[in-house]
This record gives sequence, C-alpha cells and structure tokens, in this order.
Amino acid sequence: MGVSCADPSLLEGLAWLSCYLMTGKHMAFYLSFLTVLILLAITAPVAIIFGLLGAVGSRARLLPVRLLGRGYISVVRGVPDIVFFLFVPIALDQGFEYLRHRIMCPEVLEPVRQGNDFVVCTIAKLPLNSDPQWLHEIYGFALAVLSFAIVFGAFAGNTFRGAFEAVPRNQLETAEAYGMSRLQVFWRVLLPQMWIYALPGLSNLWMILIKVTPLLFLLGVEDIVYWARELGSAKTSAFSFPHPDWRLWYFLVLLLFYLGLTKISEIVFARLMARYNMGQATLGGSRQLGQVGR
Amino acid sequence: MSCFETLQAYGLRSIGIGERLLPKADITLCEQVVLIGSGMIWNVYFGILSLAFGFWLAVALALGKNTKSAVVRVPASSFIFLFRGSPLFIQFFVAYLLFVSLPKLGVVINLGFVEIDAQTRWLTRAWLGALIVLFLNTAAYSANIFHGALQSVPVGDLEAADAYGMNQRQKFWRVVWPTMLRLAWPSYTNEAIFMFHATTLVFFSGFPAWRQSGDALYYASYFADKTFNPFVPYPIVAGYFIALTLCIIGLWGLIERFLNRHQPKTGRRPRPRMIFMR
Repeated sequence: MGVSCADPSLLEGLAWLSCYLMTGKHMAFYLSFLTVLILLAITAPVAIIFGLLGAVGSRARLLPVRLLGRGYISVVRGVPDIVFFLFVPIALDQGFEYLRHRIMCPEVLEPVRQGNDFVVCTIAKLPLNSDPQWLHEIYGFALAVLSFAIVFGAFAGNTFRGAFEAVPRNQLETAEAYGMSRLQVFWRVLLPQMWIYALPGLSNLWMILIKVTPLLFLLGVEDIVYWARELGSAKTSAFSFPHPDWRLWYFLVLLLFYLGLTKISEIVFARLMARYNMGQATLGGSRQLGQVGR
Repeated sequence: MSCFETLQAYGLRSIGIGERLLPKADITLCEQVVLIGSGMIWNVYFGILSLAFGFWLAVALALGKNTKSAVVRVPASSFIFLFRGSPLFIQFFVAYLLFVSLPKLGVVINLGFVEIDAQTRWLTRAWLGALIVLFLNTAAYSANIFHGALQSVPVGDLEAADAYGMNQRQKFWRVVWPTMLRLAWPSYTNEAIFMFHATTLVFFSGFPAWRQSGDALYYASYFADKTFNPFVPYPIVAGYFIALTLCIIGLWGLIERFLNRHQPKTGRRPRPRMIFMR
C-alpha cells in the first residue's frame, strides 16, 4: 500500500478507508464470512444423513422405528424454525451436561434443577471452565451445526420420503425378481435412483439453509451479523477510526453477499439438474421442480 | 395469584394493557401459557395484515413479471429476486436502520372523518416498520407462486375465450384470474403458513420490543432466560403455532373448496405440501 496505518488521524480519504478496512477487527469480519460457508458445508451433509435416517425410519417395518421416524419429520416441520434454533442448543447443552453429571459425579444426590438454576458438578461442565476460549467457541459452533442439522434433517427427510416413493415400482420388483435381498434392493436400486427425484427438493432446502444462516447470531456465534453490528455502530473519537453509525452500509454488504450466494446456487443447481436429467425417464425435471420455497 | 387473576393481569400484556412488570421469580406454568398466548396477538396481527396487503401487491408483481415490456418486467422480477434471494432476518435489519436514518417528520393525513398525525418515527416501531418488511417479503414470495400459476393457465382455455369473442378485460377476469388462483392456492396455503412462522423473527432482529411488549417467542425466550429451563416455554410456543397452523389450513381449505366449486369431485384433493419454513 505504501501508506502507514500507524496514525489514522493523519490519514484522509481513500488512504483512511483502506487502512480502516484492514484493521484486525475487519479481518475477523472477513473471516466470519468463512464461518458461514463452513457452517453450510458441514450442516448440509449432516442434515442429509439425518434426513436419510428419518426417511428410512419412517418406512421401517418395526412399528416403534416407524413412529420415531414419522414423529421426527412431522413435529420439527410444524413449528417455526427459529423456535428450534433457540431451543435445541440449550436442550442439547443441558442434556450433555446432565449425562456427564450422572456418570462423572454419582456421589452428588441433589437434583440438577434447583429452583431457577441448573446445577451440575464442576467437572461435568461442558466445556470445562478451565478450557481455553477457542474450545468454548468451537463448542458453541458445534451445537449450532447440530441444531441446524436436526431441523433441516426433518425437511430433507420429507423430501427423501417423497423421492423413495417416486422411484418406479417395477424397478424394485425387477430387482426382487433377480433374487436381491431387501438390503441389496435398497443399496443398489432404490438409493441410487432416489437422488434425481430428491434433487429439486434438496436445492430448495439449500436455498432455505443459506437464508437461515444469519440466525447463527442468535446462538451467540460471532458471525457476520455480530461483526456488522459491532463494526458498524458509531465510534467516538476514543477509537482510532471514529465514524458515525455505519451499520446500514454493513448490512447492505451482507444483503449483497446473500444475493450473490443465492444466484450462484441457482446456477449450480440448474446445471446439476440438466446433468442428472440426462437419460432419465422424467419430463426434464420440469414437472418435479414444483414450488421453490424459501 | 390464581390462574384467572394471571389471565386478567397478563392476558393483554403484549399490547400494553394490564400489569406493567413481567413475572420475575416463582414463575408458574399458568403465567407462561398466558403471557406467551398474549404474545400470539402480535404474530396474528403481523400475519393477517401482511398477507391481506401482500396478496394484492403479489398479484400486481406476478402480472408485471409476466408482461413482455421490459420496463415493467425487469423491476418486478428484480423486486422478487431481492426479497426472495436474501434472508428475512437481514431485511429486517436493513429496513430498521434505513427507517432510523430517516429525518423525523410528521405528516397530517386527513381522512375526512378523522385526522391522523402520521410520523416517520412510527416506522422504527415494530407495528409499522416490521409490518412493511413482512408485507414486501410475502408479496415477493406470493408473486413467484402466482407467476408460476399464470404460466400454467391452459392455452386452450384462452383460445376458447377468444373464440367466444371476449375482450382482454373479460378474458382476464373470467378466465385467467380464477384459473391462476385455483392453481396457485395449494402453494399459497404454504406461503401463509410460512408467513405466520416468519412473524416470530420480528423481535429478534433490529426492531426493539417497546416496554417489553413482544410476540410469543419474545416472551418464551424471556422465560427460558429467567428459569433457565427451555423445556417449558418453547413447547408452549410450539403448541400455539401448531394450533395456528391448523386454523390456517382449515380457513385456506375453505377458500380452496370455493375456488374449485365447479370442478368435478375426483377422489381426494391433493393436500398442501407442508414445508414450514422461511
């Protein structure tokens, strides 16, 4: 750059702005975009696994398994997602701590819930009070991923259930006629063919997942919304880069980021769809596209 | 305090009537149910008004996106992309910050029988500001649904209308409009459900809850914070919303029956696909 950022009060115009945009906090802001992308990259496959389990469970022969699968899919979908994002992380956290409490300090006999407090012994805390800060952050992030995956798993489960139904019956009957076992029919015929029917629904879910990521902020993760509020709020002359309330500009940047992400995803899914439809006995997928929700 | 007294004190707390202070210690189940239920007033208010206004903008946008003239089509489709392509949560923040930065003005609107002193600071309050965002948001999503339905109107129907000598206006009101509504209705039912669910976001985004008058989820998270027990308030919200969802499905189902009244009754009608998400 050739400009020294050591004393920002001497800088003006573009030089000031370029120094301003390179501060340590801004670096953390840029990195938090990565946090969002990492969340998407981890959550999507985990949610797909949850969804497959739910869908297979809802088709199981054993009644309890079937009820469990169906219950999971329908209960999660009937309630606003944000309720789950607020509820699941605390519930999981307390559940883990309770289990550790029971196993690690069985000598404590007092109930865990005392009035308005939730008390577990010190070594059962998650993460431990003595653990470094980054471990606390990773733990919070992991809880967020898990709760996103649980909610989206239910949605994906519904998509998969429909897709399993959509695979032509005679394909399965042919496989059975060749003497394949139930497991073989599932792995070799049903599962590979199911994806093309599930793809429109999954692309829809991916778009929704993208748009749910700002809720990370509510879970206490230092994500882009957190940094946009932090960096954008008015800074007095006590700071090295004083400026008025710029939150609007920061949030407009976030808006553009999400619009871009959506646009790119739309293009990628259109390509995928065209590719997977090759040689398939479907109406070019146009019939299955259905409603593209949020 | 008996449960009836709690109902008197907190039943309308969310709109500022009743006890000022929220329960702080020894929170009973009754208090949680009543206060969260009181918060539902806001969810219903936001949902009904944004859908009622959004419907008409959505129809206009869908028609705009369907025209050949780029002057109309491009703004309509950009509007739809802008609101469908970005998270509602961010839209709330942007709108709130935009409204806050507006100059403080007052405009007197004369409605003939009553004068309203409209002020721009109302926009920073949830009841108006958040309503506008929800209205624009649902308009964009519904417009997309209606646009899809418009494109699925059978060409044969239009040709038949031409053959009967209908003019453009008659063709629209007698053929395109009813068919579009009929085709779009199952998806629009979903949109209505999403919309009510989306109203829970209002008090978690930029808009502050004035004097602790919030929606159902606002009170639920208040209780979860105070009692450190999420297993009571959140299931209560969930219960309220499942009930609300069933009401919407019932009401929208009635309208669907009306829209399809001339159709031959063939077996079971398709149930709306229930994806509850925004």
